Amino acid sequence: MKLIPYLQAVVNGLLVGSLYSVIAMGLTIIFGVMRVINMAHGELIMLGMYVAFWMFTLFKLGQVASLLMCLPLFLVLGAGIYRGMVNRVERRAGEMGTLLVTAGLSYLVANAAQLVWKADYRSLPAALTTRSWFLGGISFNYSLMWAFLAAAMLTAATYLFLIYTDAGRAIRATAQDREAAALMGVQIHRTNMLAFALGTALAGMAGVLLTPVFYVYPYVGRVFLIKAFVVVVLGGMGSVLGASLGGLLFGVMESVASLFISSGYREAVGLVVFLLVLLFKPSGLFGRSRF
Amino acid sequence: MRKPALAVLVVIALAIYPLVVTNHFFLHLSIMALMYALLGMSWNLLGGYTGQISFGHAAFFGTGAYTSTILLLRYGISPWVGMLVGAVLAVLLSLPLGWLTFRLRGPYFALSTLAFAEVVRVVVYNWDSLTGGGDGLNILTDLGGIVRFYYIILALTVVGVLVMRGCVRSRWGYFLNAIREDEDAAEALGVPATRMKLIVLAISAFFVALAGSFFASYQLYINPDLVYESQISVQMIVVTVVGGVGTFEGPIVGALLIVPLSEYFRGLSPVANPLIYGLFIVIFMMFLPEGIVSRVRSLLGRRTPAVTDGRQVGASV
Repeated sequence: MKLIPYLQAVVNGLLVGSLYSVIAMGLTIIFGVMRVINMAHGELIMLGMYVAFWMFTLFKLGQVASLLMCLPLFLVLGAGIYRGMVNRVERRAGEMGTLLVTAGLSYLVANAAQLVWKADYRSLPAALTTRSWFLGGISFNYSLMWAFLAAAMLTAATYLFLIYTDAGRAIRATAQDREAAALMGVQIHRTNMLAFALGTALAGMAGVLLTPVFYVYPYVGRVFLIKAFVVVVLGGMGSVLGASLGGLLFGVMESVASLFISSGYREAVGLVVFLLVLLFKPSGLFGRSRF
Repeated sequence: MRKPALAVLVVIALAIYPLVVTNHFFLHLSIMALMYALLGMSWNLLGGYTGQISFGHAAFFGTGAYTSTILLLRYGISPWVGMLVGAVLAVLLSLPLGWLTFRLRGPYFALSTLAFAEVVRVVVYNWDSLTGGGDGLNILTDLGGIVRFYYIILALTVVGVLVMRGCVRSRWGYFLNAIREDEDAAEALGVPATRMKLIVLAISAFFVALAGSFFASYQLYINPDLVYESQISVQMIVVTVVGGVGTFEGPIVGALLIVPLSEYFRGLSPVANPLIYGLFIVIFMMFLPEGIVSRVRSLLGRRTPAVTDGRQVGASV
């Protein structure tokens, strides 16, 4: 019977980890294609969370509606950020410039959110978020189950898109070798924009799925940004497969570790994992191959 | 005018300044501007000259602040000693971080600094018995008047200028530039890239921690949100970006511009202040990525040395 808490931790870890996968996939696609680390990724998640929160609070619309709304909204938003900001800075100031400008954007958006929505911790009604289904003493939270399912579908859709569509092939080709892809007729600029839009949409939709499980507040983005970094490094930077497996793995690690350490130090788990990976397997657990 | 002569004149003017200006608020502004000039320069040495962007310098700032304060409150050790101990401790913190992340190429350092700073903050928050947790620490003894603090930060900044100027003017400066432009090529030419990056990170951490100790003694109150918040790191980045990344005068010019402005906005709304910082980075990176100093230089028709392909953010030794 002593096994139950551990099994429970593993189950919770897998369910939450699936969301980390979606977040990390978005980050890693952008990095893989453009070598741009999007420091504002966390704030995109935060915006997704607020969309879901307000859609439910104001219009009683559930997550499916929020997801369907977020997809086009965040695709456009991502394309806009790329065209208006990242592309421009990339050309003039290189990798360092994009790192700084997205960091500035992250700070700007987080504080604008603070201004508009105040620092309150918001959450969906408990009746929605605490319902669970039990199997042999282990509880499966409904919201988490649904989020897991949706995350799995998003992951699968992303894969199918990357592997079977022309645009997906262009993204993979650009990630492997930008010059060669350009020579083969891939429109680099358009592909970059698509990759950024895709990464942004994944962040926004992950935000929607996270809403029932986590508090929503303006600075929440940073928490998820750091988790996403840990997962991306864990899975190997630029690797989509690595990001999706790394997310599950990190979710389980975090959840199991919290059985042993006080909750205050929970955030430290990420860094320890991060440092261990850097020490022993800097290319990530799943090798160097991209996509 | 020749540069050393100008620099000496500026320092003399700054030394006379508190004798002329006695307004408390202006002195406070000047102290903060000098402190941010020092912080920005330290960040710039690593971020601008060496191309290693750090989002976690707040960790060094906080470590300096907490070390000198804890030593003072618990053991009655003078902040002068505590300041040095804090700086050494920050260097000791920086070495394993750099050792782990600098061996890898690319953005690993930038990523790990963010996580690193966050974890240091969490530890300080939770280590109640030592740090007072979220309540922070109060220094109840008076450590001197505002003029005294003005001279202290002026002295620290001058020392910082001399040391960092020495770094970038010597062979090291060329090493750092070479590492930023192309690390592989630099190594092939015999630049000990990893070691150089470690040294520069250590110097940077050292001065940031000194500033942290200074801040704690000046404000007489610290808590994790004040000294470990990412806002501290962001402010260092902003003064550098506005003034000119990779130019020596950049952070100083940036600090003189931004600090009074930010103090003004702080009065309007607590959120307006950080909002402005984010806005500044975005606007400058988009429209003036080389910063004010480089732009003024090129307007004056002086060629900025060491710019290679125009893709780099401002650059000069």
